[in-house]
Amino acid sequence: MNRSKPISGELLKLKDEIEGYAIEFGLDFFPQIFEVCDYDTVNILAAQGGFPSRYPHWRFGMDYDQLSKGYTYGLQKIYEMVINTDPCYAYLLQANNWVDQKIVMAHVYGHNDFFKNNAWFSGTNRKMMDVMANHGTKIRRYMERYGQDAVEVFIDRVLSLENLLDINVLFETSQIRRNSSSSNTDVEEGEFQNDDRSQALKSFMRTKSRSEKPSDKVEKKKFEDSPEKPLTRPTRDVLGYLMEHAPVEEWQADIIACLRDEAYYFLPQRLTKIMNEGWASYWHSTIMTQRALDSSEIIEFADKHAGVMAMSRQNFNPYKVGIELMRDIEFRWNTGRFGKDYNECTNMKDKLAWDTKVMKGREKIFEVRKSHNDISFIDEFLTADFCNRQQLFTYKFNPRTGRMEIDTRDFEAIKQKLLMQLTNFGQPLIQVEDGNYKNRRELLLRHLHEGVDLDGTYAHETLKNLYGIWRRPVNLATKYEEKEVVFHFDGKDMKASH
Amino acid sequence: MDHPIKRDHSRFRKIIKGKIRDNLRKYVSQGQQIIPKGTDKFTVPMPSIDIPRFKFGDKSQGGTGQGQGQPGDPVQGQPDPNGEPGQGEAGEGEGNKELDVELSLDELARILGEELALPNIEPKGKKSLKSTKDKYTNIGTTGPDSLRHLRRTYKQALKRQIAMDSYNPENPTVVPIRRDFRYKSWQTKTENQNAAVVIYMMDVSGSMGDEQKEIVRTESFWINLWLKSQYKDIEIRYIIHDATAKEVDEQTFFRTRESGGTLISSAFSLCKEIIEADYPPTEWNIYPFHFSDGDNWSADDTKLCLDLLDNFILPASNQFCYGQVESRYGSGQFYKDLVARYGQDHENLVLSKIKNKEGILDSIKEFLGKGK
Repeated sequence: MNRSKPISGELLKLKDEIEGYAIEFGLDFFPQIFEVCDYDTVNILAAQGGFPSRYPHWRFGMDYDQLSKGYTYGLQKIYEMVINTDPCYAYLLQANNWVDQKIVMAHVYGHNDFFKNNAWFSGTNRKMMDVMANHGTKIRRYMERYGQDAVEVFIDRVLSLENLLDINVLFETSQIRRNSSSSNTDVEEGEFQNDDRSQALKSFMRTKSRSEKPSDKVEKKKFEDSPEKPLTRPTRDVLGYLMEHAPVEEWQADIIACLRDEAYYFLPQRLTKIMNEGWASYWHSTIMTQRALDSSEIIEFADKHAGVMAMSRQNFNPYKVGIELMRDIEFRWNTGRFGKDYNECTNMKDKLAWDTKVMKGREKIFEVRKSHNDISFIDEFLTADFCNRQQLFTYKFNPRTGRMEIDTRDFEAIKQKLLMQLTNFGQPLIQVEDGNYKNRRELLLRHLHEGVDLDGTYAHETLKNLYGIWRRPVNLATKYEEKEVVFHFDGKDMKASH
Repeated sequence: MDHPIKRDHSRFRKIIKGKIRDNLRKYVSQGQQIIPKGTDKFTVPMPSIDIPRFKFGDKSQGGTGQGQGQPGDPVQGQPDPNGEPGQGEAGEGEGNKELDVELSLDELARILGEELALPNIEPKGKKSLKSTKDKYTNIGTTGPDSLRHLRRTYKQALKRQIAMDSYNPENPTVVPIRRDFRYKSWQTKTENQNAAVVIYMMDVSGSMGDEQKEIVRTESFWINLWLKSQYKDIEIRYIIHDATAKEVDEQTFFRTRESGGTLISSAFSLCKEIIEADYPPTEWNIYPFHFSDGDNWSADDTKLCLDLLDNFILPASNQFCYGQVESRYGSGQFYKDLVARYGQDHENLVLSKIKNKEGILDSIKEFLGKGK
């Protein structure tokens, strides 16, 4: 069913125009495909993470429900969706007016360039659309065979652990990955990386290699006889660990593999939110103001742009911080405000008027977009001066007044706070430490406590889901209200031992 | 065909409804959680439908913002992790979702019906009052093109071609001709008009406290919901009484508190007047409900009440319901009197004792369980 259709006519002409500017500015992007669709379709796509075909799950239905309501009540509107694929697909809302479409197109070229060039995306499978569709087909088939409820319950459990990823896995080449899992493949490297069949094939082979193992019974017996080899070092790739070691059926292992693949596909986007949006916004702003904008459209553009950049007192807007930092970097490198001479200059007057006219700004931001992620971006380029100009502050909960209050405007504190929130893409650091804890084949996870407690209720529920996969007692070592504690769930009761 | 997400969506709705059903007792006993929205929609707050994850506790975290202000100044509102203005990339937002789920009257009533295993009501409606309704459930051989039923048309064409042996499975071309065309067509259905009236009577004398009234209010909400789902037209009337009775609107009904004594017969006779004036029992399904704490002023008055019930109210109504809300001051005598007179299993008189908020659901089942 075709809910979106390729652009034509005026829009196609506009695309060619904007693409021309993008090339002129030196953006380097995948072939770009724009399609238009109505708001319902945009909501569907957004609910499915941008992809037209996903596995069946109520969560997508829930997101769709919320998005549709938001649109109906006029609370929110999605102008555009862009997916990190090659060719790069982007969806335009049919109801956008002309200026919107211009902004969106320019914005999309920014994203496209970022997807193609940023290092964190280098290992991404660009044929993800097919992979996702394949996952959908497979999971639907499992549902037919094992029952919708059984499969859905299992998916729920796996999704519960979806955020326990190791960002380093992104840089493992498929060679290493393959060696570490199973070794009976002799497909060529290149094919594995680039061909969409390879994903399906890989997963098929994974299934096959599992099924070639001795039958379940024997395997279990073996398990009890020889306890699992201890982990040489803890792993944060919890899903990967479960896929390899949890006593699950092969279809369940395959589902873990599918969902893990998808989670790792989305990971680079979570790692580069500020940069990605900043970069795209920088380019829509640049292309619009310097090339594409008709003088009659200025007010409208300014209005829309301001809406996107709005940053309220409670919300950190990655678009705003991203674009401002990009501009700041460009300015600093244009005027030579970097390096030893500038940093060591103590004369404030000189410093304020510093301009070596090196004009390396553009070059610098292209370099930045290639090699950084949000953490290194903030760490390296956020300056006290910038925080001051942008009036940034940190806030925290005051238990006495029961409200959020401004904490400080101190640069170091702001930077620490930001870095902390970005660490491990904002998720708690949790690793598998032992698959044979207490020599009883219990699972031990450890939360590396960085100053913020876990949400207790959620942690309990998650442990229950983990138990559903591991099928032996599971443990989580963490700190709660300043005390070391191990949560233990044995299928019936939750216990906490200090 | 619809997009597959509609299936995800209906799956989601099913899960929610299941959750509401599982927690119905809680929703009912905590009262006021389900908020009517317009005439036939309800909003139900749904915590924790979200997939649990290891995540940071909210409060201790804080965040970063932009704007003016001194340290110590409040940041208005709470940070909203999903609140990204303007464009946004999906698949990344993750946060607390306190869902407000919308349900239609029918859906909510069905949940109530399923949970309590309520039988559908057999209306005693007047058969002479009929209304007709056209429904497109039929297939015809003539009709306007706009109503052409493509699938049936092609099916017909396929049948014909197979019968005529002009169908080639190698080259499965199906070409409908004029007489294969099928059209959607309507059937006229006659429905018996059935109308119902619910008459709530409540004792507002001094011994009925706020908690008792809250119970009555919650109970009447669910009873109304069920009856509304069963009848096309429904009217609701309210009577309050202490020593005298008067008809009031809904607001007043739940707010009024008098201090006088209690003469239940005053309410019953007003109820009789209302029925006589507006609702001929042959055409209306009548549901009088009476709530009190069981205190009546005198045995004489109780006798008067029983007479009214026997001679008029019981014969006129589908079912008379008496709900006795336990209160510290009430003696509960009226319940005993009614039991003494009619026993526990009367044909169209239902008695129920409501101990506290937890008892509401059971009491609703007692009232509506007979399917009358």
